[in-house]
Amino acid sequence: MVWVFVQEANGAADPVALELLTKARTLGSVTALYLGEANDSVFAQLGDYGAANVIHLTGAGNSLPAAATASAIAALATEHNPALILFGSTYIGRDVAGRLSVRLDRPVVSNAVDVALEDGSALITNEIFGGTKIIKTAITASSPALVIARPKAFAAEPGGGGAPHVTEAGLPDVGHAGSATITDRHTETASGPKLEEAEIVVSGGRGLGSAEKYELVESLAAKLRAATGATRAIVDAGWVPYAKQVGQTGKTVKPKIYIACGISGAMQHLVGMKDSDTIIAINKDPEAPIFDVADLGIVGDVHNVVPKLIEAL
Amino acid sequence: MNIVVCVKQIPDPANPYSLDPETHLLIRPDEQVLDDTDRYGVEVGLQLAAQTEGTVTLVSMGPAGNMQGIRQALAMGADKAIMIDDADLKGSGALTTAKILAAAIQRSGFDLVLAGTESTDGYTGVVPQQIAELLDVPALTFAKQVSVDASTVTINQQTANGYNVVTSELPAVISVTAGVVEPRYPTFKGIMAAKSKPVENYTASDLGVSDTDPGQAIISVDEATERKAGTKIEDEGEAHLRIIEKLQELKVI
Repeated sequence: MVWVFVQEANGAADPVALELLTKARTLGSVTALYLGEANDSVFAQLGDYGAANVIHLTGAGNSLPAAATASAIAALATEHNPALILFGSTYIGRDVAGRLSVRLDRPVVSNAVDVALEDGSALITNEIFGGTKIIKTAITASSPALVIARPKAFAAEPGGGGAPHVTEAGLPDVGHAGSATITDRHTETASGPKLEEAEIVVSGGRGLGSAEKYELVESLAAKLRAATGATRAIVDAGWVPYAKQVGQTGKTVKPKIYIACGISGAMQHLVGMKDSDTIIAINKDPEAPIFDVADLGIVGDVHNVVPKLIEAL
Repeated sequence: MNIVVCVKQIPDPANPYSLDPETHLLIRPDEQVLDDTDRYGVEVGLQLAAQTEGTVTLVSMGPAGNMQGIRQALAMGADKAIMIDDADLKGSGALTTAKILAAAIQRSGFDLVLAGTESTDGYTGVVPQQIAELLDVPALTFAKQVSVDASTVTINQQTANGYNVVTSELPAVISVTAGVVEPRYPTFKGIMAAKSKPVENYTASDLGVSDTDPGQAIISVDEATERKAGTKIEDEGEAHLRIIEKLQELKVI
């Protein structure tokens, strides 16, 4: 029995959860733990992607839900003893998985790119050092195994499953630990395609030289109807928001084309984009590691090459 | 306000990392550096301590080595450090790390615990949440702005498509994203002062943590199939045309 944690995102299941359900249904009978507002069409989608059962976790309101959610799942897991509970590497996924591991006193393995069950024990695959090494980790603690998978580790495909059996579980009162409250929600209107879903991504790094020059990335992206991304270095420097960060501690992207402008290719960045179909890189330093993964590498100054490219498009 | 900041010494990320072929553990030289992501937590801690006439205590687990990384954080202005270096803790996963840190935090006392969202070397990204659960307090995670008054803390919490304003009574744990503040550079005076700041050393058993079995084991390490480098050309003024050709070949223009 495999459980998948599913969070609501804009009235539907978060896309990463559909990836996890697709994987989970190859491992055994699947139960989705759904946190958020839902209706029959949401549940039908969970069924289509492989959930035979759905436990709808309700009553979060405006509280930060992780502490109460972990408590609810811990109680359910103790009762039903699933072999594996899968989480997506999302903000709420990490919050719930971390707290749940303490509740159950079980390890949690993060950043999984694959997971298998062998004789009921979980075997987890991770990529480390920017994806240059692959390690396999066996869980030696008793079940359930807790695993947080990277987005895009599995392709989401509907499986044609019917409507799942739905039960409700209210979130418990966990006292002070669950008392943090969301008092306001701000949605930043993003223009253009979403970074994780775009077919083309144009990213910028330190080689741009200054925050103002990120405009080159935006103009090129606009011409190609691409999403814009960034390295951790320029996010840390405050040039662009964290939501644009591609890499180990940011988003994982697998577009058809990834255009890296002034990006050296630190391990931290490569792990988030190296699985793009085609990589085009522009960088001044001929020794930059980005050229080791680029299908087309231009050794040159982004300030010369990119404006000409925009002009020619 | 009694502020505790979780920090970690890591091998300098400027040099390639490698694993011990026998233990599969990351090779850690004697000289490690302060994880860059921790500088944000330290800076937030120092600012809030200044505002509330509080103190900043660092807590760290791992091979102490020559303590250069911890001294970096003390040089920024933290008041003291608690270091847990214990051979029995080698190869600990996130949960054991959190148990150790939570026990040390409990022992030192706290109103607010700060941490980065994940370390650069291990990046499990769950230790702050685990510490919060062990301490039975809220975890206000992925903060891109933090403010406190007498008994409450408020953050702007990063979300997938913006941010939420989240508020909580103290005590609480907060994880901060990079860029939340501009970390200060240590001054010469700070560096000199750091040499004589108090560092307490503990083992797992000192802290009453007896179960250090990680519950997980690396069973294999393999080389990934490397992506091959393609064409690399020098720009002599016309290289953008090669990109146009490539985009045409891929039928996107």
